[in-house]
Amino acid sequence: MNRRMLFMLTGAMSAVLPAIAFAETQLTVYTAIEAVDLDRYKETFEKAHPDIKINWVRDSTGVMTAKLLAEKDNPQADVVWGLAATSLLLLKTEGMLEAYEPKGVAELDKKFVDKDTPPSWVGMDAYVAALCYNTVEGQKLGLTAPTSWEDLTKPEYKGHVVMPNPASSGTGFLDVSGWLQMWGEEKAWSFMDKLHENISAYTHSGSKPCKMAGAGEAVIGVSFEFPGAKAKSAGAPIDIIFPSEGSGWEAEATAIIAGTANLEAAKTLVDWSVTKEANEMYNAGYAVVAYPGVAKQVEHLPNDIASKMIENDFEWAANSRGAILKEWQKRYDAKSEPKT
Amino acid sequence: MNMVLEAPHLPLIGKRLRQEASRDDRIKLGFMAVIGFYLIIALGAPLFVMLSKSFSTYRFDLAAFEFQVSDETGANWGPVVSAEALNRELGAVADGELSTNSDGRLAATKFFPEFSFRSPVHYRIRGTTNEAAFLAGSTLEKGTEWRDYDSSEFRRVVLRPERSLGVANFVTYFSTPALAQSIRNSVLMAAISTVFTVAIAFALAFGLTRSCMPLKGLFRGILTIPILVPSLLPGIALVYLFGTQGVFKDWLLGYSIYGPIGIVIGSIFFTLPHAFLIILTALSVADARHYEAAASLKASKWRTFKTVTVPGARFGLVSAAFVVFTLVITDFGLPKVIGGQYGMLAVDIYKQVIGQQNFEMGAVVSVILLVPAILAFAVDRRMQKRQVALLSARAVPYAPKPNARTDALCFSFACLVSLFILGMIAMCQIAAVVKFWPYDLSLTTKNFAFDLMDGGGWAAYGNSIRLAMLTALFGSIIVFAGAYMVEKADGFRVGRGIFHFLAMMPMAVPGMVLGLAYIFFFNNPANPLNAIYGTMTILVVSTVTHFYTVAHLTALTALKQMDPEFESVAASLKQPFHRLFFRVTVPVCLPAILNIAIYLFVNAMTTVSAVVFLYSTDTKLASVAVLNMDDAGDIAPAAAMGIMIFYTNVAAKLIHALIARGLLKRTQAWR
Repeated sequence: MNRRMLFMLTGAMSAVLPAIAFAETQLTVYTAIEAVDLDRYKETFEKAHPDIKINWVRDSTGVMTAKLLAEKDNPQADVVWGLAATSLLLLKTEGMLEAYEPKGVAELDKKFVDKDTPPSWVGMDAYVAALCYNTVEGQKLGLTAPTSWEDLTKPEYKGHVVMPNPASSGTGFLDVSGWLQMWGEEKAWSFMDKLHENISAYTHSGSKPCKMAGAGEAVIGVSFEFPGAKAKSAGAPIDIIFPSEGSGWEAEATAIIAGTANLEAAKTLVDWSVTKEANEMYNAGYAVVAYPGVAKQVEHLPNDIASKMIENDFEWAANSRGAILKEWQKRYDAKSEPKT
Repeated sequence: MNMVLEAPHLPLIGKRLRQEASRDDRIKLGFMAVIGFYLIIALGAPLFVMLSKSFSTYRFDLAAFEFQVSDETGANWGPVVSAEALNRELGAVADGELSTNSDGRLAATKFFPEFSFRSPVHYRIRGTTNEAAFLAGSTLEKGTEWRDYDSSEFRRVVLRPERSLGVANFVTYFSTPALAQSIRNSVLMAAISTVFTVAIAFALAFGLTRSCMPLKGLFRGILTIPILVPSLLPGIALVYLFGTQGVFKDWLLGYSIYGPIGIVIGSIFFTLPHAFLIILTALSVADARHYEAAASLKASKWRTFKTVTVPGARFGLVSAAFVVFTLVITDFGLPKVIGGQYGMLAVDIYKQVIGQQNFEMGAVVSVILLVPAILAFAVDRRMQKRQVALLSARAVPYAPKPNARTDALCFSFACLVSLFILGMIAMCQIAAVVKFWPYDLSLTTKNFAFDLMDGGGWAAYGNSIRLAMLTALFGSIIVFAGAYMVEKADGFRVGRGIFHFLAMMPMAVPGMVLGLAYIFFFNNPANPLNAIYGTMTILVVSTVTHFYTVAHLTALTALKQMDPEFESVAASLKQPFHRLFFRVTVPVCLPAILNIAIYLFVNAMTTVSAVVFLYSTDTKLASVAVLNMDDAGDIAPAAAMGIMIFYTNVAAKLIHALIARGLLKRTQAWR
């Protein structure tokens, strides 16, 4: 009898289980996180919430932002998980984000959460401006490693510094907005004027300067810490330097797209994205995460990066972006004539 | 008698007979309309939408906002004033600053010179229309209701622009020195590359047609290699050869490869086959009698060259020059990789759209980029019309005679150029298997682990092959059917004329422009074809359209070689045209169709410009992966992917040659 009951139960279960599997919610999630992290993030989340399935749509920050803006009137995404906070602020000002206060958001470091209540975006981790310095090429040329932003304007580095173009790279913009916030308009622009004299190229991507420094195409790459650690593991002879004045930074963040048909599942994902568990997951690549006390040291990176981060006003940065870029382009794009 | 004389009315009966046969013609007309419609959807309409986008401007409409300021208690409100009135009074914002882009923001505090964020004064703001939008911090507010802010909140209020029509974008473009500079740069680079490429191509073609140098077949093969790789690849090769850590860095005497030098060298590499093949064709139709006449007149070698060889090939030279010019000015991949800070139009489009999400400015640059391309195209068309047949029926084919010095000279030049081409490919191959250039030169396959990098991984490579096959299949069908309708249909001269014009247009439309136009046209929820946006279909459609013209011309040439008698005979035998088409036309033109297919395949594998705006996460492509990996600084994997594209195209070429040989044996025995 018992055995028969059990048998029937199993039968019923096996009939019901696929139905449950079928009832799972599919979330279209736009992201700009590193390609290597995609599967890991998806698996970890789906293990915690087997009823929700993530369909990634991934591209670089610029492309993803352009895509989201282009789809403004007909959004395709349910959630954005892992896009620059500045980009999300841009979407917010277009009214594209659903404000939502995730459970447990109070635990996060305040600077990683949108200022409005309820917040429109919540942060995951930070990428922090850093210099990649090629020690081999530096030695060949008889240079000493820079320790501060100010050092970069030394005449000896002329033609050896590469930095991302703020007009096409989010990393480039966080550098510039960082300097402006740290020093104020006047000092920051006069610094950039002098820095421009030493720049050999403005790249389109934020990690490229570091990889160029790693390959010896440049001596100093103005970049951020993540590609630095990655290049170093790959065998690049570089030092990762955090300038003494402090560094601009950008948060990777999560938000719900307004009008999503899967609001409950989207909320579940955002709730989970601020958990301690999720932050431990972010910590595998990123040295600074939003949940205080979670971060462990990342290989090749110092453990006090958080102390290098300046006070960053995302809203000011997003709302001043147009004006800053206009000024930047006026000053440096016009001058970026060929050297031949 | 009279009755008999009335016989000339008989043709009326004939006419009626033809009308009965015109069921065929109606079907043909239907087909032509379908393919014509395809070209309008895939080319005309997107370009039109893009043109209108370039005139879509953003401007702060000050009349649309009204303010009220309270006294210190925050309870008593002053009069309602519009931002426009305040600005008229204060002159806070100049008229020029009011035109902006879609991302424009204007601080409301600009209209209140006495504003202090510590003051107890309150501010109210409302729109006069429902569309008037402003931000409080990062919150979007719209509408005609008053909103109340204290001073510290009001400091965060910024106005948003409204959309309107106008030429403001073009004004902004031409008043931004860096952008306008790109026009000069692009024209200059294209002109320099054209001079070099045409000269080199001419020398090579001359060697192959007018000398008795050895290994002509081999050189022909080597010289067409650059067609098989994306234009990004020479850029990557140049970085490894002449970059800061380059093998031959010293050859540049301290100049940087990033910039004009790199662009010119790379451009020569990737445009050389195009120029070479055109000039080769022009030079191979030579009449030996002209050379005999020159010899009997005791003209010097140089004089013969100047008065016989060059004039005979002048149309080919002009054609080659325009093709190279258009290719260089519209190319995006090469300047992106090696251009450094040297602004070029095609890269500007990418920077505006991807870097700054400024679609309107992207459209403006696209419209500007269309101008030189269309000019070059129009001039070339005119020249072609003036071309007269060089080869009359009595011409005697020219056979070069051995001349030790000329042959040696031609041979060594061909060797030099071949070395340049093979060297570039070899450099990429080496870069692709080296562990960490230049510090760790041990061999590795880790650069082929595309799945661990940006760009889309091995799936992108699979997608590219899928795209290439679909493009080759559907492209050949559409192009050949279209060309058949243009060439073999009777009547509807106007319709055929329009169709032919549409078919020629893609040549003048740069890939970047086409891609951007597709975003505007297809990524619009109101468009019934919106569903194909982000799918493989849109990539196939854009690629077929992008490479339509050359394929169309190839098909047309093949069809022109077929005697129109076939049609008459089929008609008199009352055979429907489709039977003739499948039984006779297609088999006879099979070599041409296969050529079209391989042309489309190879180009679909290497193209970047049109598809860079259109791929989605599920349809990433190998060529775009090369671009994105290089962009992220993963230059060795980029080289590895480029090499994979090269080998795939070589394999495709070999398979094509095998199939062609087998099929030709069966279908072309009559030749």
